[in-house]
Amino acid sequence: MSHAIQERPVSAAPRRGSLSHARLPRWSPAAIAVGSIAGGIGTGLAAGWHSKVQWGLTAALLFVLVTFAVTTKVEGSRQAKDRVATSLVWVCFVLAVVPLLSLAWVTISKGLDVLDGYFLTHSMNGVLDAEAGGGVYHALLGTIEQVGIATLIAAPIGLLTAVYLVEYGNGSRLAKAVTFFVDVMTGIPSIVAGLFVLATWNLILGFGPSGFAGAMALAILMMPVVVRSTEEMLKLVPNELREASLALGIPKWRTILKVVLPTAIGGITTGVMLAVARITGETAPVLLLVFGTKLINPNPFEGAQSSLPLYVYEQYAVGTDAAVARAWAAALVLIAFVMILNLVARGIARWKAPKTGR
Amino acid sequence: MATTTPDIQGSRGAKSATRPGDRIFSGLSRGSGITLLVIMAAIAVFLTYRAVLAVSDDSTNFFTTFEWNPAGSPPVFGIAVLAFGTVVSSVIAMLIAVPVAIGIALFISHYAPRKLAKPLAYVVDLLAAVPSIIYGLWGAIFLVPYLDGLNKWLDQYLGWTYVFDKSSDGVARNLFTVGILLAIMILPIITNVTREVFLQVPKMHEEAALALGATRWEVIRMSVLPFGRSGIISASMLGLGRALGETMAVAVVLSPSFVLSGHLLDPGGGTFAQNIAAKFNEANEYGRDALIASGLVLFVITLLVNGAARWIIGRRKEYSGAAA
Repeated sequence: MSHAIQERPVSAAPRRGSLSHARLPRWSPAAIAVGSIAGGIGTGLAAGWHSKVQWGLTAALLFVLVTFAVTTKVEGSRQAKDRVATSLVWVCFVLAVVPLLSLAWVTISKGLDVLDGYFLTHSMNGVLDAEAGGGVYHALLGTIEQVGIATLIAAPIGLLTAVYLVEYGNGSRLAKAVTFFVDVMTGIPSIVAGLFVLATWNLILGFGPSGFAGAMALAILMMPVVVRSTEEMLKLVPNELREASLALGIPKWRTILKVVLPTAIGGITTGVMLAVARITGETAPVLLLVFGTKLINPNPFEGAQSSLPLYVYEQYAVGTDAAVARAWAAALVLIAFVMILNLVARGIARWKAPKTGR
Repeated sequence: MATTTPDIQGSRGAKSATRPGDRIFSGLSRGSGITLLVIMAAIAVFLTYRAVLAVSDDSTNFFTTFEWNPAGSPPVFGIAVLAFGTVVSSVIAMLIAVPVAIGIALFISHYAPRKLAKPLAYVVDLLAAVPSIIYGLWGAIFLVPYLDGLNKWLDQYLGWTYVFDKSSDGVARNLFTVGILLAIMILPIITNVTREVFLQVPKMHEEAALALGATRWEVIRMSVLPFGRSGIISASMLGLGRALGETMAVAVVLSPSFVLSGHLLDPGGGTFAQNIAAKFNEANEYGRDALIASGLVLFVITLLVNGAARWIIGRRKEYSGAAA
């Protein structure tokens, strides 16, 4: 970026030279912003850059530089630094929001081209790569089955581990080791989890690709997330509740099952659903273990299945216009699935949250 | 079991430890904890086992070879190119993402109007959940053409740095683009953790600075950033862990080759995860073992990075850092 500093001397500064007060008026940041955006577009057009990225970067740079120059002149260097920091923070914000908005916009607009009832209820059976049509039903089915199995494996283990850490562990060496490795496990790349299941289940035990194999890898990815979130929730349960229950002579395990867990159930559900949302989008382990197929295979324990993220990847790799359009539509289905899970989970958290206090 | 239960149970009533229901339940929950440890150990053991099978038959040095041909006779494969690509793309991602993430976190915690801050934090949370394959699809179809111009620009003005010298024509499916895409992907997680730390800065510190006449930037520089330093570092390392292990986005965007080139704008290179995804389908059993060997290296690297991040968080207990 540094070359651009030399390239674009601060040309807009004299424009605000008429300000003679010690403080800039309230509208000055907005005015400078508008001016720099105009400057960015102007230079972009003048220099014939066809990439909007350059326009944006120029505008951002102009904004920061002009802010600095103007404020130094009018308000002094301390205020200038403050203003520059503020404008930098705003620039960061815009820099981050633009690609993310574009991601959402592109996915929705391109996805809606193909997405309809037919797409959701048909598989790719007999559909040629270059041919329009076909659908995502087999992948949707595969994703739901794999994620369901993974949840059935990971949620109980994760929940019980969290119960152990909060209710029984109490700083024992085992609890410390579990806490540490849960943290480390959160960072395992998804492809490594896939390779692990590949090494044991497929290469050593000799099973073929199946939805179940993928589900095991997904479960490994899901467990630490469930443990962390459940642990946080259980820690929020007031100790008075436990003590009151124990004082009534109720055994500890019943106290946990009937008092502690129900109190935290909202947060726990949220945590599990967020974990489900996270593994739904995982492609790498599914690519290694589930293998992908064009046909509907409702049996997760035998034969290759498909899954939504894998379907997106396959269709993109095919590369024909029709296939890429299908990839976008499947991406939209996937993102909708994940976002609905997220929103419902957060809704539950909000709805259940006040009851814990009582 | 006997080592830990008595003192805890003792504090909550000595009798309860002897009830069968208690014993079953505590056994179950401890068993789950142990299961987790066993899984972690099994991952390490089995990956190492298969990796040793592969590497012992490798006819060249596994760490310094610039080639990936486990099917050849003799098999030749090495991770030098992959290690280089992984490190370079992640470093680019960190260089872009960390400052921007700090900026957004500051924006949410200190700059944005309160009405805007809450929904913004919520949106950033949601963005962390967007599946990586979708970032990949967007990157390959939408971002790559847009970066072409930027690449030419960099080549034109910064070509003398060697790093930005673009020696071949072609679309921007290079390590630099991958780095930018990874930066966009890890922004939400770094922002989340950093923001959480910034919100925990004691109000008194900030108010004291304000009372001395500090500007908002001086408040941030003198009280917020020093307080949040270890939080920023650990958040960055969590992001780095993600970037290192990212598979699909890289596999979709990069046009890989087994050439180690310092020219970041030339298409080519590869990363551990991308190579596994790309080579898996054509690999026979031995080839898969070779891929597992490269996966093991990735596993060890991410383990070290994440362990370090957690260690830094652990030193400052006030940060939960668990929002992942």
